[in-house]
Amino acid sequence: MNGVHDMGGMHGMGPVRAERNEPVFHHRWEARVFALVRAMGKFGRWNIDASRHQRELIPAAEQLRMSYYERWLEALSQLLVRHAFLSPEELATGKSESGTAKLTPALSADKVPAFIASGAPVSRKAGRAPRFGPGQRVRARNLNPTGHTRLPRYVRGKTGIVDRVHGVFVFPDTNAHFLGESPQHLYSVRFEAQELWGEATTSQDSVNVDLWEDYLDAI
Amino acid sequence: MKDADHEHDEHRMPSDPTLRVMALESLLIEKGLVDPQALDALIEAYEHRIGPHNGAKVVARAWKDPGYKARLLADASAAIAELGFGGLQGEHMVAVENTPTVHNLVVCTLCSCYPYPLLGLPPVWYKSAPYRSRAVIDPRGVLREFGLELPAETEVRVWDSTAELRYLVVPRQPAGTEEMTEEQLASLITRDTLIGVALVQKSSAEGAR
Repeated sequence: MNGVHDMGGMHGMGPVRAERNEPVFHHRWEARVFALVRAMGKFGRWNIDASRHQRELIPAAEQLRMSYYERWLEALSQLLVRHAFLSPEELATGKSESGTAKLTPALSADKVPAFIASGAPVSRKAGRAPRFGPGQRVRARNLNPTGHTRLPRYVRGKTGIVDRVHGVFVFPDTNAHFLGESPQHLYSVRFEAQELWGEATTSQDSVNVDLWEDYLDAI
Repeated sequence: MKDADHEHDEHRMPSDPTLRVMALESLLIEKGLVDPQALDALIEAYEHRIGPHNGAKVVARAWKDPGYKARLLADASAAIAELGFGGLQGEHMVAVENTPTVHNLVVCTLCSCYPYPLLGLPPVWYKSAPYRSRAVIDPRGVLREFGLELPAETEVRVWDSTAELRYLVVPRQPAGTEEMTEEQLASLITRDTLIGVALVQKSSAEGAR
């Protein structure tokens, strides 16, 4: 979707403000939200793409107003209801309703180190050879899906060169909507700054973007 | 770059989320979906154990051991696993090397992708709209706000983490540090140098960043 989360190349966001000696979390609730998102993700009712898309679905003005972990909290709340962990009434009242099925086991403290160490790899076995090779010129398709995509607006229609062939990875555009993993080859494509931003820009700079095969056309 | 020590506009309303999160956590505990001690353990891991010192160890090893550096640049996930790092949000790693002619900078324009096992959780500025919007269109302007002015002839390569690959910048080793031990070298390597918004200095004057 062409949402406000797709920020690459936008103007008007102001200067970068780095905080000295920044704590990992600024408030305890931020830490709890971070941990809740991880602990609930463990059940596998949704995936990382669906989770990102849920944040993208927060109305644009709200997204820009909210802090980072406020967005996480909002999206987690929506996911919990959507995937039947909580009823809308439970979320609204904070009171557990009798008769709601409990799903166990919860992630326990002793399993946390293994949970962190294993992660959730999204590379998959290659079913066929990659369509593109290093050095090949490709054009990013001008796609404007209303659902989730990881094809940023600023590269659509632009020409680049395949820099690296990463292997086969889960395709977010289908996975986010529970339409299957549709694994396909993923490439790092290098776009010259001038191709992206016009003649006036510094000539030798570039941006590498990771793009799936379905985002690309041969030239 | 303005100092944001006293400008917490990203965090201006803690009271409401505090109550909301407490209520949500209690509800999930009551339903048997969440073990609060597991939450504590997750938080403890990222507040105290997993952070940029991990990434610094990887780079210091690469500086000391050319064989390791070659493995890191060829297959970063495997090389990083040699030092015992990997897992959540670092399942698929790529290391990109700064050279006398190329400077690398990492961003996630679409969200906040960041190599947790090597850098911990991202700082607020990395997740902020100013950084995400400008790193790709005006990387030199962004670097200037971090106090880094690169020569015009240096090629700036920005890496936008649009997939599940996570990028680690291998900064250049400062001249005159060849005799240092791996541990001493690691102490010079800050988080910002591993994202690409700073260069490694011969003495660790940059402190915690």
